[in-house]
Amino acid sequence: MTEPLVCASNLTKHFGDFVAVDSVDFSVKPGEVFGFLGPNGAGKSSTMKMIGAVSPVTDGALTVFGLDPDQDGPAIRGRLGVVPQDNLLDTELTVFENLFIYGRYFDLPKPVIRDRIDELLDFAQLGERRNDLVEPLSGGMKRRLTIARALINQPDLMLLDEPTTGLDPQARHALWDRLYRLKQQGVTLIITTHYMDEAEQLCDRLVVMDKGKIVAEGSPQELIERYATREVVELRFPIGETPGEDKLDGLAKRIEALPDRTLLYTDNAEQSLLDLNERPLPIESTIVRRATLEDVFLRLTGRTLVD
Amino acid sequence: MLVVERHARVYRRTWRGSVISTFANPILYLLAMGLGLGSLVDQGGGSVQLDHDYLTWLAPGLLAAATMMTATGESLYPVMAGMKWNKYYSDALSTPVSTHDLVVGHFGWLTLRVLFTAVVFSGVMVTFGSIGFSRVLLVIPPSVLAGLAFAGPVTAYAARLEKETGLSAVFRFVITPLFLFSGIFFPIEQLPDWMEPIAYATPLWHGVELTRASALGIETALHPAVHIAVMVAFLAVGAAIANRLFHKRLVV
Repeated sequence: MTEPLVCASNLTKHFGDFVAVDSVDFSVKPGEVFGFLGPNGAGKSSTMKMIGAVSPVTDGALTVFGLDPDQDGPAIRGRLGVVPQDNLLDTELTVFENLFIYGRYFDLPKPVIRDRIDELLDFAQLGERRNDLVEPLSGGMKRRLTIARALINQPDLMLLDEPTTGLDPQARHALWDRLYRLKQQGVTLIITTHYMDEAEQLCDRLVVMDKGKIVAEGSPQELIERYATREVVELRFPIGETPGEDKLDGLAKRIEALPDRTLLYTDNAEQSLLDLNERPLPIESTIVRRATLEDVFLRLTGRTLVD
Repeated sequence: MLVVERHARVYRRTWRGSVISTFANPILYLLAMGLGLGSLVDQGGGSVQLDHDYLTWLAPGLLAAATMMTATGESLYPVMAGMKWNKYYSDALSTPVSTHDLVVGHFGWLTLRVLFTAVVFSGVMVTFGSIGFSRVLLVIPPSVLAGLAFAGPVTAYAARLEKETGLSAVFRFVITPLFLFSGIFFPIEQLPDWMEPIAYATPLWHGVELTRASALGIETALHPAVHIAVMVAFLAVGAAIANRLFHKRLVV
């Protein structure tokens, strides 16, 4: 019953000599939102393309819906909804035609496609742009259209590659709302992202990828508990006056000195701040926040998540 | 077939420009070359005589050239667009569509476009009186085949093209010389002897021969089956290579 939708073991992808995905294992259960978190070049998109049955597997085993992407590519793709990183909309066609032709690629009957387009334009809040060309649409609209288009075949599994990269905050939240609705309808989602907040908002379970390998796996909360503390105190010092770690010793469970700030990982930020007050340090500003996946990533890879 | 539908939908929006040139080109060429230049040619005086007036003799050759132009253009820009500009090929491949479907769709749509060019051009020929109703249908199959003979290799070429400059190079270095030296404006017997074999090796000359023979009811230079075989070979080999290159470039 809970047969995994996607199952990978020792999954590997080479491009020439370059190892993009290095022997990873993971499985995705029906109905969950599964995330690949990592910086650019971590191998997230390559993994997605293999799941999407568009990029051949170099080594290892991969099944999608219990099928082999090498043998049953068209059958797998027929049940997938794919939202690629760059929207790849057909700029020579209108909003309606993009949806229509895409539906035709799935060999769906025309009346069925027409009915679904009405629903999908509603879902994507693009009803008024139905007959407009795609090119002048805003980034958020194009993204919503791409998602709507991926739903034309009523997929069992959606693959979303960095769904909100490059969008403004409002558009991101609108998109998260749409994705959340899909989840509630029982659609399984696999997303890649390099945004911590996105992974925390959307994912039931995620893997952290770095340099082609999976370095951690769990729910966002589990990962934070395992690799970070409940709270984080961020300290900023004047340039050149960052104190040595010995001066901060004993203030927190773990201390991380970054180029621009120093992070204190603690389970009790209040106590840490009190202790801090007793030491004569030239602190410029103090921020207390809860730990995020960013901290997990920092802990696992020793660097911040920048591209 | 589904891919053909996509092309048809794109064409529905961009048809105006191409329809005008599809009609205008034959009219302009037949006026300038057929009637204008032809009036000089027909007064004769040269060492070689044609058995027909120049317009009648020239028009079928221009028809074969027109299908070549259409097929070449349609095999260059849309393929480049699919691969690089708007990447609709990769896009279609995330659906059950395969690279083979893309190639079949490309040639399917191209056949329709070339057929359209041939029909319009031969319609203009009828209007100019250079061909009668009884023969006009006969010139369409050979001229369409001439276009497809170019579509094969040109599609294969475009499939692996990285830079845009390679597109116009095809017209500059291949299409224009062929247009001038493949027996459209004068019989290739008028060429220096060493150039004649070159003409034999190009699909356009075979297309021109066959189309002209069908229009005038005369004998072809070689057996018609040879002309057909050469063009079919260009199409088939080109399409087979294109099919492999599409897969190689798009499935990585």
